[in-house]
Amino acid sequence: MNALPWTIYLSFAGAVVVLLAGARSAGAARWLALLTALAGWGVTLAAAAGYVPAADLRSLVDVPWIPELGIRYHLAADGISLTLVVLTGLAATAGILFSWNVEERVGEFFALFLALIGGVYGVFLSADALLLFVFYEVAIVPKYFLIAKWGSTRREYGAMKLVLFSFTGSALVLAGLLWAYAAGGGQGFGFTELAAGVYTRSEQLGMFALVFLGFAVLAGLFPFHTWAPTGHVAAPTAASMLLAGVVMKLGAYGCLRVAMPLFPEGFFFWQPVIAWLAVAGIVYAGLVALVQEDFKFVIGYSSVSHMGFVLLGLAAANTRAVGGAVLQMFSHGVIAGLLFAVVGRMVYDRTHTRRLEDLRAMTLHRRLPLVAVIFVLAGMASMGMPGFSGFPAELSILIGAWQVSPLWALVAAVGVLVAAAFTLRAIQLAFFGDAGGMEGPAPPGPQVDDGRRGGRPSKDASDDAHLMPPISWPEKTGALLLIAATVLVGVKPDLLLDWIGPSLQSSLLQAVLKGGAP
Amino acid sequence: MNASYLELARALQPEAALIIGALIVLGFDLAALRRADLEARLRTAVAIGAIAVAVAFALACRTGAAGPVFGEVLMLDKLAVAARLGVLGLTLLTLGVATGAPAPRHPAEYVAIMLFAATGFTLMSAAQQLLLAFLALELASLSLYILAGFDKSRAESAEAALKYFLFGGMSAAFLLFGFSLIYGLTGSIDLPEISVALARQGLSPLLAIALVMVLGAFGFKAAAAPFHLWAPDAYQGAPIPSAALIASASKLAGFVLFTRLLWPGLGAVAGDVSGFAGPAGWLPVMALLSGASLLLGNLAALAQSNVRRLLAYSAIAHAGALLLGVMATGSAGPAPLFYYAATYGVATAGAFGVLAVLERGGVGPRIEDLAGLRQRSPLLTVCLLVFVLSLAGIPPLAGFFGKLFVFAAALKLGGLAGPAGWLTLLAILLSAVALYYYLILLKQALVAPAARAAGPIATPWTAALTLLAAAALIVVLGIFPSLLLGLL
Repeated sequence: MNALPWTIYLSFAGAVVVLLAGARSAGAARWLALLTALAGWGVTLAAAAGYVPAADLRSLVDVPWIPELGIRYHLAADGISLTLVVLTGLAATAGILFSWNVEERVGEFFALFLALIGGVYGVFLSADALLLFVFYEVAIVPKYFLIAKWGSTRREYGAMKLVLFSFTGSALVLAGLLWAYAAGGGQGFGFTELAAGVYTRSEQLGMFALVFLGFAVLAGLFPFHTWAPTGHVAAPTAASMLLAGVVMKLGAYGCLRVAMPLFPEGFFFWQPVIAWLAVAGIVYAGLVALVQEDFKFVIGYSSVSHMGFVLLGLAAANTRAVGGAVLQMFSHGVIAGLLFAVVGRMVYDRTHTRRLEDLRAMTLHRRLPLVAVIFVLAGMASMGMPGFSGFPAELSILIGAWQVSPLWALVAAVGVLVAAAFTLRAIQLAFFGDAGGMEGPAPPGPQVDDGRRGGRPSKDASDDAHLMPPISWPEKTGALLLIAATVLVGVKPDLLLDWIGPSLQSSLLQAVLKGGAP
Repeated sequence: MNASYLELARALQPEAALIIGALIVLGFDLAALRRADLEARLRTAVAIGAIAVAVAFALACRTGAAGPVFGEVLMLDKLAVAARLGVLGLTLLTLGVATGAPAPRHPAEYVAIMLFAATGFTLMSAAQQLLLAFLALELASLSLYILAGFDKSRAESAEAALKYFLFGGMSAAFLLFGFSLIYGLTGSIDLPEISVALARQGLSPLLAIALVMVLGAFGFKAAAAPFHLWAPDAYQGAPIPSAALIASASKLAGFVLFTRLLWPGLGAVAGDVSGFAGPAGWLPVMALLSGASLLLGNLAALAQSNVRRLLAYSAIAHAGALLLGVMATGSAGPAPLFYYAATYGVATAGAFGVLAVLERGGVGPRIEDLAGLRQRSPLLTVCLLVFVLSLAGIPPLAGFFGKLFVFAAALKLGGLAGPAGWLTLLAILLSAVALYYYLILLKQALVAPAARAAGPIATPWTAALTLLAAAALIVVLGIFPSLLLGLL
């Protein structure tokens, strides 16, 4: 546990080393990046193995940083942070595996990637609101360059939009935090110090609105989610995996860790608004995903829809729903990573198209059977099928939300159906174009015949197959890691809930959480 | 008045070192280097100048906070010491920048005038009497006018100098008029006595006129809207080291001078910006200047295609935030303002330093000309990245903490209940706008490919060293802001 801060230091040091190594050898940069990510992940797993569930944040490092303003370099962790740092380590490792084929300016790519990871670890481990903010902003700039340089569709637009949304969000957060700091007498920015401040009701409403909205923009709260699909689509695969998988969780984490416990009165005032926006996001983004022509946009909107569940869980504010929300953060981090990996790396890098219409004609399930299997698994996880991590998470959120307002849960449940619809549509169009069914005529005869022979590659298809490089070992490893994680948590959600549950009993969170078994 | 010339001489050791240094620069060049080529003469002049500044720096450290000097004409408090060290450090940085820029036609004169300007800055940092304040300001300003127009062969340089001079001369006249009114009202030119007299009198119409005059001159010095019109042309046309000096050391000295004038001197008629119904005074007027600068600077910067004009508009925007720091000085002390002004100076002078090396390498002043800088000079790219991100206020660089300290201090004035709070909110939100144009700049340098088969850009080692030191300073002061805050 005490080694957790090393995840931050390792990532930043790794970024510098990789940058220097990349100038000489691309291969060395790749391996060093992978080693750094593995080391960070190893640290988080070791910490997880030795973790004794407890209610309050456990302090890891606590030294004065800027005494003039009472800012401390205070890192701490509890079950919630632990869940998310484990996710970060996993997503970082998988992201590097899935960007093994980046050829251009490799050192810089992985250096920026690791710098982003370092910032993410920092956010999840901060126990001082300003320190958290600093790490949060450190993570912003690498995103811009990762997308603008290595991205695809409208990358400069997507990068700028994403960064400006994130930065505007963080500006709101800063305004809210500084206001709370000033109004609370300027004692410091520690969570406990800020929570101890005495704020009037109107101040609480304003502070909560600023801080929550600022963080929620990054979590993809409807209607401020528009950066997410464009940004994720424009980003290179590893960055999309990380953006959808982990960076959006920074926003949700900020809402849970900072906005809600510090300004409970503000939270209760805004609760219905947040819940309805979350529900609207779930359904709206799902419906939009249903009509996308671009494979990656389907996944981009599905991320917004799934993050809506996280926000709904937070808005319901009972231990069951919030526990589910944290579980959903983990679950979506893994599943979104897998989906983006399939779309951006496994499919796009071989077919050079993401248009579902084009993919449909390719009948990928025969040419890339392994990818089809992976995507079907990921799709099932994304739909919330039992046995995958999405199921216990969304179920807890829906039950928790029902306890507060059945209407929220009912509308959100519609979103689950929509998610099943767009996922199945994407699976069918992208991989099983010859299976007929939902839309349009089936492709011409011979291929249908081949389909009857149990999906084995036909001679026609295998003529083209040499155009598609085989699935490489880094891809297989990465996919295996992610699938294993979602199945493991799906089968035994208590692995994570045993960490998360007790942490929801902390004195800070108890100010907003009520009732419901964890 | 317990005047002691010995005491005065001791307090003015740094200024003496600068003047002697300037004379040596001139004399050595005249005696020994008339036949040498320009580059060698520039290097020698800068070397001697740098030694003089370093000696002045050491002397300013040694003199320390000696309190009032020479019958309170000078006030060597902590702020004065910190500001002296700050302006000397920034002058040293500008000298380094000068070695990266194309050599001016009369290098020794150029360096000597920079040292004279620095003398003005250090005096501005400590002046506590209207007459000395005005003289110090004029010494600095006259030197800067010459520096702005030093490149006689370029029309832009002449235009920059003329605009700067006309605006500056006008503002000096207003300032002097304001000072004369203050003297007429209070019967004194010493700030402590003025403050006592004003506390008795309160605000009168005549004093209001004097305040407007003083604020106008301050607005000019700070490049705050609506007194900013000279800045884009001066930043664009002046030789780059001159522009760097105008944007960094001159600004720091100006803010310290006027903060001392306004708070200890005219603090009795400050008024109130913590609520909307507070008493009148100069603070509400300054709030207007600040808001106008923030809006105009950030929005106009969006439309710029020339890097130096972009930096000029960003300077106007930063002036708005710095004015917020001046407003907060009354309650929070000068530390946030000083930290902001000093680190802003380093970042902006550093950015000009990068531009100077680029100009020498034949890279044009437009934003697109930066394309491919990453391949052409990794060193300059890294430095530019640090400076620009610091200007944009991205942690953990110093620019972020400058904003943080100023905004925290301003919000402590009364939360969001008054103009100070609303201005802070405006400044925080506009920082997202600012990030846009800074990223446009960085995108060209880091992402866009080089236009043609453009070769690497050579950086003189002195300039490289200066830029690296400045970038390191930005990082170190960002991670350990207390190093600088602790001075105050």
